[in-house]
Amino acid sequence: MKVKVISRNPDDYLRETKHDIHKVPRNYDPGLHPFEAAREYTRALNAVKLEKVFAKPFVGNLDGHRDGVSCISNHPKRLSVLISGAYDGEVRVWDLPQKLCLRNFVAHEGVVRGVIYNPSGNHFLTLGDDKTIKTWKTAAPQFGEEEEPVNTVISKTVLTGISHHVKDPVFATCGEICQVWEETRNEPVRTFEWGVDSLHDIAFNPVEPNLLASCASDRSIILYDTRDSGPLRKVVLKLRTNKICWNPMEAFIFTAANEDYNLYTFDTRNLKKPANVHMDHIGAVTYVDYAPTGREFVSGSYDKTIRIFETSKGHSREVYHTKRMQRITCVQWSLDNKYILNGSDEMNIRIWKARASEKLGPLKPREKAALNYSEALKEKYAAHPKIRRIARHRHVPKHVYNAQKELRTIRDKGKRKDANRRAHSKPGEVPHQPEREKHVLKEDH
Amino acid sequence: MGKVQRYFNKTEDISPSSKTSPSKDTIVYNIKPKLKPWGRRQSDKVINKKKKVVKLPNPNPKFKGKVPIPKKRLKKYARGEGINKTGIKTKIHQKKFEKKEKVIKFAAQQAARAEVLLIEEEGFLEADAGETTTQFTQKQIRENVDITAASKCFDLRLEDFGPYRMKYTRNGRHMLLGGKRGHVAAFDWVTKKLHCEINMMESVHDVCWLHLETMFAAAQKEWVYMYDNQGIELHCIKKLHRVTRMEFLPYHFLLAACSDMGYLSWLDISIGQMVSQFNSRLGRLTMLTQNPWNAVLCVGHVKGVVSMWSPNSKDPLAKMLCHKAPLTALHVDPRGQYLATAASNRELKIWDVRKLEGPVQEYKLITAANNLNFSQKNMLALGMGNVVEVYRDCCTTATKRPYLRHRFTTSIGNLNFCPYEDVLGVATAKSVTSLLVPGSGEPNFDALEANPFQTKSQRKEAEVKSLLEKIQPELITLEPNVIAEVDIPTLKDKIDAKQKLLHVKPPKINYTPRNKAKGKGGSAKIAKNKKIVQEQAKKEFVKSTKDFIPKLNIQKEQQKESGVLDRFLPKKRKT
Repeated sequence: MKVKVISRNPDDYLRETKHDIHKVPRNYDPGLHPFEAAREYTRALNAVKLEKVFAKPFVGNLDGHRDGVSCISNHPKRLSVLISGAYDGEVRVWDLPQKLCLRNFVAHEGVVRGVIYNPSGNHFLTLGDDKTIKTWKTAAPQFGEEEEPVNTVISKTVLTGISHHVKDPVFATCGEICQVWEETRNEPVRTFEWGVDSLHDIAFNPVEPNLLASCASDRSIILYDTRDSGPLRKVVLKLRTNKICWNPMEAFIFTAANEDYNLYTFDTRNLKKPANVHMDHIGAVTYVDYAPTGREFVSGSYDKTIRIFETSKGHSREVYHTKRMQRITCVQWSLDNKYILNGSDEMNIRIWKARASEKLGPLKPREKAALNYSEALKEKYAAHPKIRRIARHRHVPKHVYNAQKELRTIRDKGKRKDANRRAHSKPGEVPHQPEREKHVLKEDH
Repeated sequence: MGKVQRYFNKTEDISPSSKTSPSKDTIVYNIKPKLKPWGRRQSDKVINKKKKVVKLPNPNPKFKGKVPIPKKRLKKYARGEGINKTGIKTKIHQKKFEKKEKVIKFAAQQAARAEVLLIEEEGFLEADAGETTTQFTQKQIRENVDITAASKCFDLRLEDFGPYRMKYTRNGRHMLLGGKRGHVAAFDWVTKKLHCEINMMESVHDVCWLHLETMFAAAQKEWVYMYDNQGIELHCIKKLHRVTRMEFLPYHFLLAACSDMGYLSWLDISIGQMVSQFNSRLGRLTMLTQNPWNAVLCVGHVKGVVSMWSPNSKDPLAKMLCHKAPLTALHVDPRGQYLATAASNRELKIWDVRKLEGPVQEYKLITAANNLNFSQKNMLALGMGNVVEVYRDCCTTATKRPYLRHRFTTSIGNLNFCPYEDVLGVATAKSVTSLLVPGSGEPNFDALEANPFQTKSQRKEAEVKSLLEKIQPELITLEPNVIAEVDIPTLKDKIDAKQKLLHVKPPKINYTPRNKAKGKGGSAKIAKNKKIVQEQAKKEFVKSTKDFIPKLNIQKEQQKESGVLDRFLPKKRKT
């Protein structure tokens, strides 16, 4: 007869020395792993709960300004440098990792309206209420030297915003009119005018560098071409736009932060209606900035909160707020996609994590693999009610909570009124109007 | 990449003595420049370091690509068919699903390919021509097998303390035995190391290992007690009164027990709470087994009925009439496919427990079987009085002859196949024996599920991980993977609820009026107010149902086309 009985050699299953890792033989037969779905669901629940446990987004704050911060700008090539301008004309250069102020000087006699670096990062420009544009060197002045601008340009009109070309030494300012300047010249190279209203903000397209977008005080957004064409198109919305930001990855998408508590993402190829309407703020949205990946953007608003939106979704995925943080004047997403910096009315610049439960610092390979697995689980079970409820839950200040409730009743009332009108009139008389078409008044050529 | 030869690195022809001797005016300095460490040299700062994939020449160009996987093996690892793509409307979503399906398919293929890495092989017992496997005795098998395997076959003579019951831990390493007269012992049966041996001084009806070999439970005369593996009593659970049989559900950390009075209880041993306890109202419960695939308890009754219970409902999830005579034994196989039941009229039936259909096979035995147990490789062990018979493929084919047979001196109390070993443990009235059954155990274990070679630190880590993954008892249903499926019935429920609205009457509000001050209130006013409130409620109700009624598919009368000669058509009478 032929017999064989299972007899295992313990040397194959036990480690040789205590400095080795344990031997873990695997068998992927599904019969040996019962309750796959239930165990995975439990792991997803644990993952989403742990995400909430580790969600500590506030990293630090930069203290030093003596008046509210009006504008901040990232260095295009260095992650540790930040520049900010305040309402009293002071400009400060910060070192982010040490949270120290490297340089501070009074740049203008009024409010500093805009601060921007040139593409190579060795000069920066500041714009002030005293109608001047000053160019400064990034390198700190030597011992004994005073802070002096390399170049000062006095403009004839009031200036409110500045934006630099992606590569060329060209920048554009807006104020009463839109002007395009060159770094070496003291007179604007080109001026654009369409209508007689003043412009609040201007932005150069980072991908398609000839395009400019600006928001005017007649509630419109105007697109310009710096080549011979000039002003191209105009979109009029219901309320004024405060800020425009172009998507750094897609040449034709820009997002406008509007006074009517919403943000509108437009596709320049079809300006008749916005590609997306982002609703979640309860106060006027004052600033918007895109992440370097082009998939998310951050918005700061008058309601003392910062919200992070995904470009394709209509509601925010994250909200940051602090009792000490008052009206937000400017937000920036750092160029390594990890941090969000914001300047506010109460003289502080705060640093937040872009993903609230992310672990900073080097991760061991097993840690990384475990975190990747948790992310995949959260994505797979995102639709389950218990998991969605935990993932969606955010604590929000009382004034925001009450305002949200109020806005919800206002919107419900509108919907109910429409539904009643539709129910009591001839079918077809009251058509369904999609949300995206409700916000644009007209488009001009 | 060949190393670039630098003029200062050349080992030959550099020494100044070999070259022409310099003139007296020139001063010769012998400088040996220091080699920079790796990373600082110019040659190391190459950014695009492409790995050179060396493709081995194909030894047999007739077979291109990777080895094809046999379909049967791939089917074992596949998790069902994919989604029907015709139901998805937009192209973007269709493409998203296609991507996901690709990844799932790849995972199944990789798992199927990983089978080549499994070290051990199944056991077997093959008879030569003219012999049958049934005739081989344990002694013969022991003689023909290596010494470590032979040591797995042993016999413990325990004559004093009554008929015994025994259980193995989940990794098959430790054995627990309990005698009716109170003798309980726990030991590692492979190394024969005794953990503890105590006498409870009262009757012990059943013993059960908990999640690890450090804790076990004994159902004693009145209540259930929990002990440490050193024999220290940890808990006395008075809520589990007069328990006859116990089962441990490892992934839910639930100790399930059925009692003499007909009560079924589930106790969560990780938090110490009784999850559910109720009376089954089907009389005295003496036969209990768990379905390892969906954690449902199967209880056998005197009326020949098998009922299936979960802690979530007071009524059984399913009831199957299996035999016309009282059941004597039942067991479910580890994959949750087959249920074997034996009755007192000497019948043995195999049922398909996933579809709750059957019987897949029917057998007639010599005497009624008192014990049944499935092994990991689907071998069925029958205990009929003194004799134990092991059948091989009794579920899929109708076998005529047992695979192995063994006779004991006294009647059998309990039978258990040892997981991951080719061993069958039998506890009789006067002994506990371990028999060799080649081919019954799964040769390759998964160390993350159950590891017979677990060290203390591995055990601690495994305990923590399994507690984190503990499944909530609400998920115990007949279908274990229903949590991952789309919840279609609730949509149906919504539509049904809307339909029911047509038949629902407006709510009638009855309230006791508040005691108002003198001068206000009075019986007339109270009645008036009550009427106003009720009419208001009715109005609101009618308003809210108005939205739903037109959405229901009430067939409207078809509008016929109006023509000139309509007046001559016969008019429809109103009935």
